[in-house]
Amino acid sequence: MKRWLPFEWIAAVRFLREGRLQTLFIIGGISIGVGVIVFMSAMLAGLEANFIKRVLTSQAQIQLIAPEQVARPLRDAPGEFEDAAVQRPSQRIISIDQWSMILDRMRGMPEVTAASPTMSGSALAIRGDASRSISVAGVDPATYFAIVHLPDFIVAGEPRLTSEDIVIGTELARALGASVGDKLNVQSASGAVRTLTIAGLFDLGNKGVNLRNAYVALRTAQSLLGMIGGVTTIELTVRDIYAAEDIARRIAASNAVQADSWIKTNAQFFTAVQAQGTSNALIRLFVALSVAFGIAAVLIVSVIQRSKDIGILRAMGTSRGQILRVFLLQGGLLAFLGSLIGSALGAAALVYWHAVARQVDGSELFPLILERSLFVVTAALATLTGLLAATAPALRAARLDPVEAIRG
Amino acid sequence: MAEEILRLEKVCKSYNVGLPSETEVLHDVDLRLERGEFLALMGPSGSGKSTLLNIIGLLDRPTSGRLTIKDRDTGRLDDAELTALRGRTIGFVFQYHYLISAFTAAENVMMPMLAGRGFPHPEIEARARALIERVGLSAVADHGAANMSGGQQQRVAVARALAMRPDLVLADEPTGNLDTKSADAVFALMREVNRESGTSFLLVTHNMDLAKRCDRIIEVVDGRIVS
Repeated sequence: MKRWLPFEWIAAVRFLREGRLQTLFIIGGISIGVGVIVFMSAMLAGLEANFIKRVLTSQAQIQLIAPEQVARPLRDAPGEFEDAAVQRPSQRIISIDQWSMILDRMRGMPEVTAASPTMSGSALAIRGDASRSISVAGVDPATYFAIVHLPDFIVAGEPRLTSEDIVIGTELARALGASVGDKLNVQSASGAVRTLTIAGLFDLGNKGVNLRNAYVALRTAQSLLGMIGGVTTIELTVRDIYAAEDIARRIAASNAVQADSWIKTNAQFFTAVQAQGTSNALIRLFVALSVAFGIAAVLIVSVIQRSKDIGILRAMGTSRGQILRVFLLQGGLLAFLGSLIGSALGAAALVYWHAVARQVDGSELFPLILERSLFVVTAALATLTGLLAATAPALRAARLDPVEAIRG
Repeated sequence: MAEEILRLEKVCKSYNVGLPSETEVLHDVDLRLERGEFLALMGPSGSGKSTLLNIIGLLDRPTSGRLTIKDRDTGRLDDAELTALRGRTIGFVFQYHYLISAFTAAENVMMPMLAGRGFPHPEIEARARALIERVGLSAVADHGAANMSGGQQQRVAVARALAMRPDLVLADEPTGNLDTKSADAVFALMREVNRESGTSFLLVTHNMDLAKRCDRIIEVVDGRIVS
């Protein structure tokens, strides 16, 4: 008998040891439940991180653009319109007013981790007889690559963007029969033409994007699109990606810009991420509930089986509180042991699944994320669940009338 | 005059109080027990012996009347105080031994001391071993309770009842489930302990031979003490 263990612990451990088969089965049940929770949580966290990485490393989390241009009806007198039917104006590409000041303000916001100005517009990429319409983005590589990790997606050449360079997608290169080092004529809608050298090819994992997008230096785009000194977009990344929509609203409210967050522009994707989170939470809840009911059922049976022991302990001067704690501890111990084994099982299953499950291109389906906090929180919650589940049986044991209990 | 351990004054016990099925099983029971006395409590089945024993053992409360243990009026004590008083003052030996099978013989003897003190202590273990030796079971002290004969289990139960140095041991037919030889051994053991330590015993028995070897015989019939 361990000298440092209190009476309640000694009794709880002995009772669990004596009902060995019952204890093993319930620990098995708890382990499977906890294992499922650990496996699901870690895998879904990995999948989510992968999706987010894929989506948010190839686009900004918030885009600031010039506000929509609206036609203002002329008024003759207060309340009187000269022409009540106002035609919606065409949205020509214009620069963000006072963009430099807004950019500085964005960089000063604590929620914003990076801000970069870009100049975007449509153009025609021409090589020999082949031509394709493209969307040209003029970027400042030093700040832009912190937002869109273009260098990570370069499959040939380099992400170099001097005033004479252009970086295009693999599909466009294929369509034009071009490769790194080749010259490309880029013609804007206004007729301005620049001859640029293909510095690199990127593959953003989307055929349409690889065919349409092209990156040039900010100044090149400004001169090509006829907007010297202007920018059409300020791109931002934020510390908390899920707060992007709130931050976008605040920015739009205090600046003369329209702010679109990734949540708004990728509504379907965001809904999918949210739905995944909700279903994961529901699975966890129901697994935890079934574990809790399992523990409660086993302990209720144990209280019935041990009613004579409880009666004798009470007759020998054991208080109701001590009996209560003996059974609460059993619930807590079962859940804690189950959570340790379950965590190991879940982690092992995850490592195996991570090694086996691959994407079509052979890359990993999800990154292996096994954070210590997941195991600590799971063990703590499981133990708490065990204690809660043991409450009803423990109260029942504590309330047993010793006379009735001994008589059986 | 010897110290009074127990006094019952006009103790009544009814079940289903206030209901049409109300039944009074003990009627105005008066009883006194002094330190060192060894009493036999006899009576036919259903006469109220067990109810009386439960009330004396503070496992049940009387419906009316007064129960005093070592000059403490137990009617004024709450459940926790009764439990503490029971643990310190009274030891139990039941007919069916009722050792806790999850523990060894020595650990069963340690249980009342452990519950009272909260933590194991060398002193507790030493006392348990001494008691096991006293009942002649040193050889099986570390055997599981379930792996002992009925006679051995009952001797362990006697040792357990003595663990807290109680003033009174209540034994409910402690030999009723044993063969004659074991029954004699257990009775002799209790008698010896009674003589050595001055612990009072109240022994419920149907065995007249054993009862005759007690200091006094009290007979309960239909919930009343008749002699």
